[in-house]
Amino acid sequence: MVASRAIGSLSRFTASRTLRCSGYICRSFTRASALLTRTHINYGVKGDVAVIRINSPNSKVNTLSQELHSEFMEVMNEVWSSSQIRSAVLISTKPGCFIAGADLNMLNACTTSQEVTQISQEAQKMFEKLEKSTKPVVAAINGSCLGGGLELAISCQYRIATKDKKTVLGSPEVLLGILPGAGATQRLPKMVGIPAAFDMMLTGRSIRADRAKKMGLVDQLVEPLGPGVKPPEERTIEYLEEVAITFAKGLADKKITPKRDKGLVEKMTSYALSIPFVRQQIYKKVEEKVQKQTKGLYPAPLKIIDVVKTGIEQGSNAGYLSESQRFGELAMTKESKALMGLYRGQTQCKKNKFGAPQKEVKQLAVLGAGLMGAGIAQVSVDKGLQTILKDTTLPALGRGQQQVFKGLNDKVKKKTLTSFERDAMFSNLIGQLDYRGFEKADMVIEAVFEDLSLKHRVLKETEAVIPDHCVFASNTSALPIGEIATVSKRPEKVIGMHYFSPVDKMQLLEIITTEKTSKDTTASAVDVGLRQGKVIIVVKDGPGFYTTRCLTPMMSEVIRILQEGVGPKKLDSLTTSFGFPVGAATLVDEVGVDVAKHVAENLGKEFGERFAGGSLEMLQQMISKGFLGRKSGKGFYIYQEGVKNKNLNSDMDSILASLKMPSQPDVSSDEDIQYRLVTRFVNEAILCLQEGVLATPTEGDIGAVFGLGFPPCLGGPFHFVDLYGAQKIVDRLRKYEAVYGKQFTPCQLLVDHANNPNKKFYQ
Amino acid sequence: MTSLLTYTFKNLPNTSKWALRFCMRPLSSSSQVQAAAASQTKSKKTLAKPNIRNIVVVDGVRTPFLLSGTSYKDLMPHDLARAALSGLLHRTSVPKDVVDYIIFGTVIQEVKTSNVAREAALGAGFSDKTPAHTVTMACISSNQAMTTAVGLIASGQCDVVVAGGVELMSDIPIRHSRKMRKMMLDLNKAKTLAQRLSVISKFRLNFLSPELPAVSEFSTSETMGHSADRLAAAFAISREEQDEYALRSHSLAKRAQDEGLLSDVVPFKVPGRDTVTQDNGIRPSSLDQMAKLKPAFIKPYGTVTAANSSFLTDGASAVLIMAEEKALAMGYKPKAYLRDFMYVSQDPKDQLLLGPTYATPKVLEKAGLTMNDIDAFEFHEAFSGQILANLKAMDSDWFAQNYMGRKAKVGLPPLEKFNNWGGSLSLGHPFGATGCRLVMAAANRLRKEGGQYGLVAACAAGGQGHAMIVEAYPK
Repeated sequence: MVASRAIGSLSRFTASRTLRCSGYICRSFTRASALLTRTHINYGVKGDVAVIRINSPNSKVNTLSQELHSEFMEVMNEVWSSSQIRSAVLISTKPGCFIAGADLNMLNACTTSQEVTQISQEAQKMFEKLEKSTKPVVAAINGSCLGGGLELAISCQYRIATKDKKTVLGSPEVLLGILPGAGATQRLPKMVGIPAAFDMMLTGRSIRADRAKKMGLVDQLVEPLGPGVKPPEERTIEYLEEVAITFAKGLADKKITPKRDKGLVEKMTSYALSIPFVRQQIYKKVEEKVQKQTKGLYPAPLKIIDVVKTGIEQGSNAGYLSESQRFGELAMTKESKALMGLYRGQTQCKKNKFGAPQKEVKQLAVLGAGLMGAGIAQVSVDKGLQTILKDTTLPALGRGQQQVFKGLNDKVKKKTLTSFERDAMFSNLIGQLDYRGFEKADMVIEAVFEDLSLKHRVLKETEAVIPDHCVFASNTSALPIGEIATVSKRPEKVIGMHYFSPVDKMQLLEIITTEKTSKDTTASAVDVGLRQGKVIIVVKDGPGFYTTRCLTPMMSEVIRILQEGVGPKKLDSLTTSFGFPVGAATLVDEVGVDVAKHVAENLGKEFGERFAGGSLEMLQQMISKGFLGRKSGKGFYIYQEGVKNKNLNSDMDSILASLKMPSQPDVSSDEDIQYRLVTRFVNEAILCLQEGVLATPTEGDIGAVFGLGFPPCLGGPFHFVDLYGAQKIVDRLRKYEAVYGKQFTPCQLLVDHANNPNKKFYQ
Repeated sequence: MTSLLTYTFKNLPNTSKWALRFCMRPLSSSSQVQAAAASQTKSKKTLAKPNIRNIVVVDGVRTPFLLSGTSYKDLMPHDLARAALSGLLHRTSVPKDVVDYIIFGTVIQEVKTSNVAREAALGAGFSDKTPAHTVTMACISSNQAMTTAVGLIASGQCDVVVAGGVELMSDIPIRHSRKMRKMMLDLNKAKTLAQRLSVISKFRLNFLSPELPAVSEFSTSETMGHSADRLAAAFAISREEQDEYALRSHSLAKRAQDEGLLSDVVPFKVPGRDTVTQDNGIRPSSLDQMAKLKPAFIKPYGTVTAANSSFLTDGASAVLIMAEEKALAMGYKPKAYLRDFMYVSQDPKDQLLLGPTYATPKVLEKAGLTMNDIDAFEFHEAFSGQILANLKAMDSDWFAQNYMGRKAKVGLPPLEKFNNWGGSLSLGHPFGATGCRLVMAAANRLRKEGGQYGLVAACAAGGQGHAMIVEAYPK
């Protein structure tokens, strides 16, 4: 590495050109063996253009690893020193991926922030050299160009991207609790302007190629090709390379300039941003917004703002230094470790560990066109699954069909779909009131009302018409699947698929297997879930499964806290400031008071004292007054169409007053209230692992974060215990146990972890 | 034949190395012998089928095809169609009352004459007892008109049908915006002044922005030129190859025009203007000139330019189709039989213009012929890139196996038999009228050059395609 950098710095002296020529020949001979051993990159020369092709072996994606890094440097040095080469094209031959980002394992292997800073500085230096290259380098982008990949691309002199759906550019580092550590904080603001750069780096959003072209992030677009005399993907990459070569030549010949014409609005913005006062205002605004959204729980966004600011106000040297140092610091934070853990977990939960099902589901049927049923239908038809949506009445069915249409049409409005694609997808949906066509169904998902006898009836009706291989899946949040399956003729084909509302937005799918559920049935359910774009956890059957079971004791605590005199607004702010995306009182309104009561009662019966806490009388009174939450317009809050700020429902005062309990001053500080909620959640989650409801801690974390909104900055209950220390959590639980009793008794597995600090859920 | 080819190439001032390459081929492969041998050993002597009526084209005509915005620019589509019909009447002297039915194809419809076939027929003096309808199938609309006629005759419903097509791109229906239309319709319904004022009060300036007929595919929102450029790229066809092919088309068309081979053209006295006697889009240029043009669709690096694309054209065509026995009974000497035909369709995004590749083997197999049996190929040339892509696709085993479900490639039509009198690139392409031109070109070429079977093929918007076998009528 050091050696190659030395060579690179030499190559900047143009005076030594003649010398280098002879040097090149020697080197190319000695490098012949190196060429053979290069695994990530190979390059060839077409005319006077070097074509550098990236393709990391044994991986679906290219990542900026240490090896790729050094091979790239090696190749670039050859390019720079060759007199024959006047320009270069950088391209990935891996379909659907340019470079998906930095190698996370490389970061995880680091134990100190200095090491991470070091990595960042190496990359900064390499990209700076690339940026200053006198031979133009064209990045030819097909597929994901994210994180370090984008940083590499924007260091090149020119960017050409395919206008493919898979081609996305973005800086998602913030989602992992870090910042772009290889120069993007310095280059992006110059390239796309300060506001757009902040937007990219603070949201981590992926930008499609056409949008990137408008922003000035890429210079040219190449349309993906259809079939010719080769597979379309292969030929598209070839074509991209051909186009990139012509541009590389044009740049070398100075026939094309990399500068782009800016529009009037752009010119005006960039003028405005040249005024320091305006910039200060922008920093301030962005900081305020970030503070408001993160509640100060996530350090990365603020550091990003800080680093960008440093670069612009104090020059790029200071900016690069700040970038690498903050990068190092962030990589060592608990938040970053939690977020990276979640990222890995998410990747794991996007795989089908049960293997491919014997028969792929082609025809799906959904029973019940309610909110859930229609939601399930929507995420199925837009992936090309033929779906029958059945309800019992025409108005109910029509409402469901409209929901599906609206979901698709909203995408048309956002221009992620064309109206034609929408129509084609919508035609995958067949709405009907009878069981016609069920004889061809491969899977039936029932989403009827949560009532055991109704589910039994529906199961029997369905089994009378479906073929033998058809899987019957029940979408329920709490009814044990085993009990539903008691009336089944073929319980091995019965499984639970617990979707979360709204189905098209919530990523999680909790799949519940009974002892009788066959492995192939599970494989089939996971397969369908993955095709629907879900992140999947597979848990064992039991009251409340995993997600509902964890949430219920916390909800019980919510009611108690309300009874103790903490107002819903205060409670909401305490929970959101802890990192929950939705406040606890609002959550009850969203879930529905009747549903919450139904679940609390059922699970209360099963689990007894551990699930006690607040009085269910509160929910009962709310139901009798019609305060069912958002769906009825009133709950703890009042919900009105088109009114953004929700107001407290003053009619709740009398209910809260009548059920008031004395508060316990020892455990009622703001922090205690937060921990009373969270520790009950976490304790129950760990108990689920202890009892085998959960197979892995990963699934527990993913389920909690993606299904229930457990604070992502904590990484889920298991990461939370690992990162904050089991002992501390046990101490908390013991403290509350002393006041409230068994509800807070830590489970055995948690106690084991507290007793042995080396024991971690994630090794 | 070889001498003819080499002779004409020698006489073309603009012959390039491309043309040279083509005259080299017949020389080196002594195609004269081959052609002679081939014509003697056809797979089938005729395509007549037992118990099915033979259907013949008695004759066909077309107006000169003109660049849009030239001499036809003040006409309406039915005026052009009428000119083709009158020309056909004049050419064939068919008694008007013998015609059982009239069918026309058109693509961009003039809303005032949406059944343009009927409006044109009435004006051309056909009996008002002769029904007429209009069909649309993008660039194969008049093919559809002809095959509809074939169906009517084969099923015994009719004996004599006129089929044709018309397109007038000089004028296109530009509409008010939907919002404006809605307001105008509401205004129509408003009864009182108050109601009218309340409707008018909703008016916004942006209502006035007009709505143009879509130039892009509705399903994919992609213009055809853009798709053609991508298609050319998918088959790795260079700009030079495309320009060379376009030059060939123009050169051959020029020769055909000069030698008077385009006998289907009938002069048209345009009201208020001079009589138009010939196509005006034939412009043989040089490769250097063509290389100067900028890409028209994929900018700045695409390969499809104005010079290697067909241009917007005004024109109309018509053919007289009869049952053979009827034609003979009336004393006609038909030009050709219309034999097997085939419609195909495929992915409108990536294979929009590959219709001929799919339709050709199917129609050959249906007829029991092979590529070697065909003496005259008449393929619709939407773009140079499209023709060359189709040729490459037909020559590719990989494409045949992966996209057409065939074991081996379709095979390459020999270029010396291919669009010898020019094509849509040079003669012009009035969308609705091209099909009849192709059939007449095939029929006339078979008569002139000798040979028995002609193959007509075309692509069309929507990812559709068509092919038909034309068999020369024995002399």
